[in-house]
Amino acid sequence: MRRFLRKFSLVVGIFLVACFSLLPFLWFIMSSFKSQTQVTAIPPQLFPTFSLQFYRSAIMHYGILHFLLNSVIVAGSATFVTILLGVLAGYSLARLPRRKAQIILMGILTCAMFPQIAIAGPIWRFLRLLGWLNTYQGLVLPYVALTLPLAVWILALFFREIPEELEAAAMVDGCTRFGALVHVIIPLSVPGVFTAAILSFIYAWNEFFLALLIVTDPARQTMPVGIALFQGEHTIPWGEIAAASFITTAPLVLMVLLFQRKIVTGLSAGAIKG
Amino acid sequence: MIRKDQTFHFFLLAPLLIILFLFIGLPICQSFFLSFHRDIVGLPNLGNAFVGWVNYSNLLHDPVARHSLLITGVFVGITTFFELLLGLFFALLMHHRFPGRGALRACVLIPWAIPTVVSAQMWRFLFNDAYGMVNYALFGADTTKYIPWLSLPATALLSIVTADIWKTSSFAALLILAGLQVIPEDLYQAARVDGASRWSRFQHITWPLIRPAMLVALLFRTIDAFRVFDLAFVMTQGGPADATNVLQLYGYKKMFVEGWMGYGSAISVCIFIIVLFLAVVYVQMVGRRLLEARV
Repeated sequence: MRRFLRKFSLVVGIFLVACFSLLPFLWFIMSSFKSQTQVTAIPPQLFPTFSLQFYRSAIMHYGILHFLLNSVIVAGSATFVTILLGVLAGYSLARLPRRKAQIILMGILTCAMFPQIAIAGPIWRFLRLLGWLNTYQGLVLPYVALTLPLAVWILALFFREIPEELEAAAMVDGCTRFGALVHVIIPLSVPGVFTAAILSFIYAWNEFFLALLIVTDPARQTMPVGIALFQGEHTIPWGEIAAASFITTAPLVLMVLLFQRKIVTGLSAGAIKG
Repeated sequence: MIRKDQTFHFFLLAPLLIILFLFIGLPICQSFFLSFHRDIVGLPNLGNAFVGWVNYSNLLHDPVARHSLLITGVFVGITTFFELLLGLFFALLMHHRFPGRGALRACVLIPWAIPTVVSAQMWRFLFNDAYGMVNYALFGADTTKYIPWLSLPATALLSIVTADIWKTSSFAALLILAGLQVIPEDLYQAARVDGASRWSRFQHITWPLIRPAMLVALLFRTIDAFRVFDLAFVMTQGGPADATNVLQLYGYKKMFVEGWMGYGSAISVCIFIIVLFLAVVYVQMVGRRLLEARV
């Protein structure tokens, strides 16, 4: 009996946690498949008619695909540059003497904790000086600075697990040290690189604050800014907002479902690990 | 052993350090510099005269700023408390072995993974005064009783608090779960042999051993909560009557809406100092544990 009770409460707990995490989101996303009157109906309409009218309207009238393209370009290039620089720095930090590496790693982590408002004003002035406001590179570079710390942590901890003897062997065989990094170490660290890339991508894809101030030209704005500034003529266009939200979150949800284990490991690298 | 090649390491690290210097280090120094100057974006002819501590003394006597600090403090306190509580509950649950544990972990990660802007719009929809599900869940179809959550000061703050707890409890849960997973199973077995009850096993084994993980989660969530911006910007724009005008939003408005770079910088320097203090403690704790774990 007690055993049964314990099992039962576990099931109830799991059910509650799943509902807490999913229900509000599912409800919101479901609105995007409803008709205009169903969205604001009281009592609520549980099952949508599965009309794609809001998607059509979001694409035709609000130019959602345009925001999406900008997001893909910005988040994609930010991730690419972060991984490129992160691999170099992470490898170096894995091989430097412990003490030195520790000081640098802790300094980097402190950088990642700073509030964005403390850097926003000067970054904006700096980009204006360069003429890079409203450009992709103007957004990508600050994103690289913000995603690098966690990426470097993940990569440095990963490279540390790869024995130095492997590089030594490659160098005996005539590789340069850089060649050994490219041909021996990087192929072995694909899982670590992948984890760092997922987390950097999610960050850059979701970032809103800097995107809001650096890019004011709608032609270059990213998805989060588009969603935040969604304006209807008279009423709030909930259906279209939900449609845009679904388009934005679908790739993230897919990533979480496929790679939850990697994400969890990566996140704990920046925070705590056994 | 490979020769420790100084220039090799220098070239590997240089890009990282340059980027961090240009986009984090330098801007912070410049924020300090700007906070001692009068600098108005719309009026470039005014120049940027050095004004000493004027921005800071204005800030001290600015009732909106003081209110903003109070609001942010309340927000940080309430959200962090509930996030840790829920996070602990989630973590204890996810620590059990059951079929579909991976699926549950993925579910819990979804609120964390979606953009804050999306969750803000979602909660704005759910808290709607005429057809929001929160009202429907509380009052049914009786629309006369419906509360305009986002346009009353107290409930507006409650709304962004709810949205934040929903979004970030899962992250706290992951940090705590990582702490739970390193507790050796034989400790529990020994306690069970000695006839310890479930509660006393939690009290004497689990709790003391996950306290460091809880503290890390606490610090991380506190730091992150001080940076709240997206939720307030989308859900309430800081209103009604500044009830959700959190610090970062206030700084943003001063700098980028009204163009008071100098004054806004003074605000951002204050936020920076509060966060820096917490961040240094956090990094010391996390960094030590992590880097000295395996030698």
